[in-house]
Amino acid sequence: MYRIRLFAIRHSRAFEWIYQRVEQVMVALDPVFGKIGYDRIERPVAFTERCIKTVLFDCKMCGQCVLSSTGMSCPMNCPKQLRNGPCGGVRPGGYCEVKPEMKCVWALAWDGASRMKNGAQIETVLPPVERNLEGSSSWLRVSREKAARLREAKEKGRAAVAEAFADARAKEPASAPLAEEPARACGGNK
Amino acid sequence: MMEHMLPSSYAPPPEGHVSHSRLEKVLRSGRFAITAELNPPDSADPSDVYDAARPLAEVADAINATDASGANCHMSSIGISALLTRAGYSPVYQISCRDRNRIAIQGDVLGAAAMGVSNVLCLTGDGVGVGDQPGAKPVFDFDSLSLLRTIKTMRDSGTFLSGRKITNPPRLFLGAAENPCIPPYEWRPERLAKKVAAGAEFIQTNYIFDIPLFENFMSRVREMGLDKKVFILAGVGPLASARAARWMRSNVPGIHVPDALIDRMEKSSSPGEEGKRICVELIQQIREINGVSGIHVMAYRKEHQVSEIINESGVLSSRSELA
Repeated sequence: MYRIRLFAIRHSRAFEWIYQRVEQVMVALDPVFGKIGYDRIERPVAFTERCIKTVLFDCKMCGQCVLSSTGMSCPMNCPKQLRNGPCGGVRPGGYCEVKPEMKCVWALAWDGASRMKNGAQIETVLPPVERNLEGSSSWLRVSREKAARLREAKEKGRAAVAEAFADARAKEPASAPLAEEPARACGGNK
Repeated sequence: MMEHMLPSSYAPPPEGHVSHSRLEKVLRSGRFAITAELNPPDSADPSDVYDAARPLAEVADAINATDASGANCHMSSIGISALLTRAGYSPVYQISCRDRNRIAIQGDVLGAAAMGVSNVLCLTGDGVGVGDQPGAKPVFDFDSLSLLRTIKTMRDSGTFLSGRKITNPPRLFLGAAENPCIPPYEWRPERLAKKVAAGAEFIQTNYIFDIPLFENFMSRVREMGLDKKVFILAGVGPLASARAARWMRSNVPGIHVPDALIDRMEKSSSPGEEGKRICVELIQQIREINGVSGIHVMAYRKEHQVSEIINESGVLSSRSELA
């Protein structure tokens, strides 16, 4: 597993690309997930996510995946579980203070980030892990949030139209509607 | 050294300052600052803390109270800090993320500030495995950066990390550590930038025994303009003997001693004196490096030498008194 993890970090750029595609698919599936119910798909998706990411990244299922900001090197493999960079105890040659046979997760992370398109994300200060999210699907959490953001942006557009044509909306509400749309009614232009 | 502020007073900090810290005043006024590390007692007697503080107080602007460094159990940093403020000394309260979670740490920060502490140093902490009780559970709920950002939020926004309001926020000068002489060398300055972004206002480095490595680090730091955003105090200390230096290098995490220095110690007829001389020379060389704002002396079991070392180095001879 350690070897595969090192492989993934060496090919951080490729995995970054794959990750972005996976996210796009998950976001596109938001209406389907919504229909089935996010609660109901949580367990099977989390199970799949765990299987894939354990093999590739030695994932610990913290539920708050930040691989894209850590050079595809999972920070939960750091014995101190640091989320913001290497500690001051890194051994000569870049080996871990606590597990001397392992390369420092964060030395690898910076290395991986240097090959990624959005590698500079590693400079962002990350909050502590919310331990109560452990074991849950990070993929679902991220895609669901992104889908909600997209919906919100769409809402803003509708609100702007309604405001610009305020008198039309007052006389003919259907010309600039603001009510929530049933999923089946939308998608006419897809 | 005396902090003319009773622990019970809660006044706004002076203009342009975030705290009542003497260290902050010295640094912001452009003076070369000295801090020193106190060897924490394995005792419950306050006089042991004062005995350890006295030789440091002669030259130090602030005294660091370590938080079970090397994962060895000693009197707590919050206890030592509270005793030091009572006696009018200015402590740097060290907080390690190894032993306490976010609930304990945020509470301790308020408690320390209420006791008159005005400097904190946010540290990750050494792993429990190197200490005297390797079976302990490592906590690491925060890391040093999320800890910095949390205390900054408590101070500047007046809220806990939960968003709950703090009626009177702690006035603290925020510090962090850096270790320029160990891998990954090329990313250490980036890591420093991240600590500044998280809220660090001063930095105390681990031991600098390798001047060329430190110079490389500092030149990148200057390129990134970080020396204008944060006060950097370089860590120094006297080596006791070649054997002790070798032991430290292989047993204490994060300490790099070049072979040349160990050779020099080995060849000397009086290693104690030689260690002191090397320390004085290092301080004089560090002083000449642009962007360094002060020195942090860690003279473990050689505390009595600290004021001699500082005086011999001459770094304070040209310093004017703080008004």
